[in-house]
Amino acid sequence: MKKISFILNGEKRFIHVEPNEILLDVLRDRMGTKSPKCGCDSGDCGACTVMLNSKTARSCMIFAIETDGQEIVTLEGISKSGLTPLQKIFLEQNVFQCGYCAPGMILSATELLGKNPHPSRYEVQEALAGNLCRCTGYTPIIDAVLELTKKQV
Amino acid sequence: MAIPYEFAYEKPQNLEMAVKLLGKYGKKARLLAGGTDLANQMKQGFRVPGIIIDIKGIHEMEEIKMDGNELHIGSLATFNDLLSSRLIKENVNILHEAAGLVASNGVRNRATMVGNICSAVACMDSATPLMVHEAVIHTLSTRGGNSYRIQDWFVDNRKTAIQDDEIVTHVSIPLPAARYAGAYQKLMRYSGEDLSQANVSVLMLGEKQFSVAFGSVGPIPKRSLKIEHLLNEEGISEGSISRAKNMIDSVIAPITDVRATKEYRMHMSKVMFERALLAARERYNKPRVFFK
Ligand code: FES
Ligand code: FES
Repeated sequence: MKKISFILNGEKRFIHVEPNEILLDVLRDRMGTKSPKCGCDSGDCGACTVMLNSKTARSCMIFAIETDGQEIVTLEGISKSGLTPLQKIFLEQNVFQCGYCAPGMILSATELLGKNPHPSRYEVQEALAGNLCRCTGYTPIIDAVLELTKKQV
Repeated sequence: MAIPYEFAYEKPQNLEMAVKLLGKYGKKARLLAGGTDLANQMKQGFRVPGIIIDIKGIHEMEEIKMDGNELHIGSLATFNDLLSSRLIKENVNILHEAAGLVASNGVRNRATMVGNICSAVACMDSATPLMVHEAVIHTLSTRGGNSYRIQDWFVDNRKTAIQDDEIVTHVSIPLPAARYAGAYQKLMRYSGEDLSQANVSVLMLGEKQFSVAFGSVGPIPKRSLKIEHLLNEEGISEGSISRAKNMIDSVIAPITDVRATKEYRMHMSKVMFERALLAARERYNKPRVFFK
């Protein structure tokens, strides 16, 4: 058992973890942060995506103990002061159905737009690839990201 | 899902401490960098280490840099670090191309190239680019420094020549003095997740000088001196391409598994070999033009 601390959505948090605890479980079951979901539990689906030190990472493949001293942002964190423009356009255009993939999609698209505010369609596809969605066929999600980038010239 | 057994965790802050720990625990230990392979292998019970040694505190191993005419890639360089590195893009375009096809962005943010060749799962992406470039793998242990030529590195599926007390510090790639260009081809079902069903790297070093390697079509990646010899004798022509393609039958030994049949892998290895060869030639003739 080791006491670790990390910054979660802007707040410093302390927790005791065993080396065999996975970050996804610690976030959901012990910190009450429910936006990362367990889809495949093996790094393939993106449902468990969080931002670790400003980069998207798959929390099902991270040992919680590794995050000592690091910074984690989840969907709860990016929408702390209201929905972001990206979330608003997703909502307006009703791009999701069940929403299980939404946290991963939103964080991945947010990371992309932070680095590259005017991505091509290919770049959006590439950034979202590996976030599996079983409902929408992806097109509405990709279209909405592109539409947002056109609005923000 | 938590990992269903207990183990210890250490995070050394420098290379010296890491080497000491590894010397002490030997084969009980597994090194942890990006964790994208290790966490999975531990969940599935393929690996049951008594201790994991997190090497992410050894910042000097993050570097990608030139050292004389060699390119050094530190053990902590992730696939996304490779992708965003000008040095990689301009000097080892084939590795740049392969890095872009590894899994998804979220995985590439964490997964390291050195981790990829240390896990040595047969379907890894970085092996064939390193083979055609004759990369060298450098390790350190309490016994001192050591290095392995890439062709001696892979022993079997998931098994490398590394000793239990050694840590890979970096990989070096000697850069040819004259013009060269490479191309990577990967067979996969869709991007964003997929492991390669087969992959081919071709490096062109002169009108009649080639280096060719096949991946994911046997337990370890395979460089083919036979095919290289043919191309080095005859250069690229319709005849030499078709003779080289026929040779592939005896060079690789793909298997059938859930991702592809052996016949399909064989057929596509030939097709991809030709594509990679032609792409390498096109780039060789038009240096400094990079492809998506
Ligand atoms: S649950 Fe982590 S990638 Fe699917
Ligand atoms: S909306 Fe259901 S998985 Fe994407």
